[in-house]
Amino acid sequence: MMELDVIDRQLIVLTQNGLPLTDQPYHQLAEQLAISADEVMQRFRSMQDQGVIRRIAAVPNHYKLGYGFNGMTVWDVEDAVVDQLGELVAALPFVSHCYQRPRHLPDWPYNLFAMIHAKTAADADTQILRVGEVLEGHVRSHQVLYSSRILKKTGLRIAS
Amino acid sequence: MDELDKRIINQLQQGFPICEQPYAQVAASLGIPVAELLQRLQSLLDSGVLSRFGPLFHAEQMGGALTLAALQVPESRFEEVSELVNAFPEVAHNYARDHSLNMWFVVATERPEQVAAVLSAIEAKTGLKVLNMPKIREYYVGLQLEA
Repeated sequence: MMELDVIDRQLIVLTQNGLPLTDQPYHQLAEQLAISADEVMQRFRSMQDQGVIRRIAAVPNHYKLGYGFNGMTVWDVEDAVVDQLGELVAALPFVSHCYQRPRHLPDWPYNLFAMIHAKTAADADTQILRVGEVLEGHVRSHQVLYSSRILKKTGLRIAS
Repeated sequence: MDELDKRIINQLQQGFPICEQPYAQVAASLGIPVAELLQRLQSLLDSGVLSRFGPLFHAEQMGGALTLAALQVPESRFEEVSELVNAFPEVAHNYARDHSLNMWFVVATERPEQVAAVLSAIEAKTGLKVLNMPKIREYYVGLQLEA
């Protein structure tokens, strides 16, 4: 875990809506903070090395790229094997996130979550079947919760 | 969205350089002028094909925390509750899902103890019970989708 100082925080506040779309974005941030561009770049590199920044990147809207079938697949598997199974599911190329999460019994028995994304219902079904094959013999029950709408997608926000 | 837009999206999902003229570097690797890259990026953001472009921050690595939570919202109250939940700046993502638990959102906070406070505040504002499902283990996170 990285201790952020006041300038790191200012850089986060200035870029949490996005990086400036200008030829020299790091220079522009440097001007706004009255520090050198080298320092801005050094701080970004350091935050990236420490994992505070996963990466600097574009985040697409799944639907607009044609991925209309975004399913949260949830599985009830034995706790004793969930880590081993989670690693196997995570290795499937179409799984974008995979987590172990707590059950909320009796209504919510699922402890393994894997997100899938497909352009057609048939592709989604194939992917879900593949996850099921990987978990073969360990699944007590499962469900797929498709997203029907993005209500918000801003990412982390910190107060300035 | 044409082939060039797709190449831009695919390349920029992977990462972006930290250097003097990063857009020029990306434009050169795509074989286009930097002005065209900037213009296309702007229109992909304006049209919502891209939700955002910039640093992707990791709450936990900053000393913060995040969780996934779900609500069972009566259909008649869905829009109202959606506005109440989205109004919290700590709600980073929120999705409608086809299930009796029909609203699923991610809360990301700068300090770990804020997560519980935000979930309590959401319960108080909406009058609905929040199911908190913080991750126990993360097996994989990779967000890239081919355009």
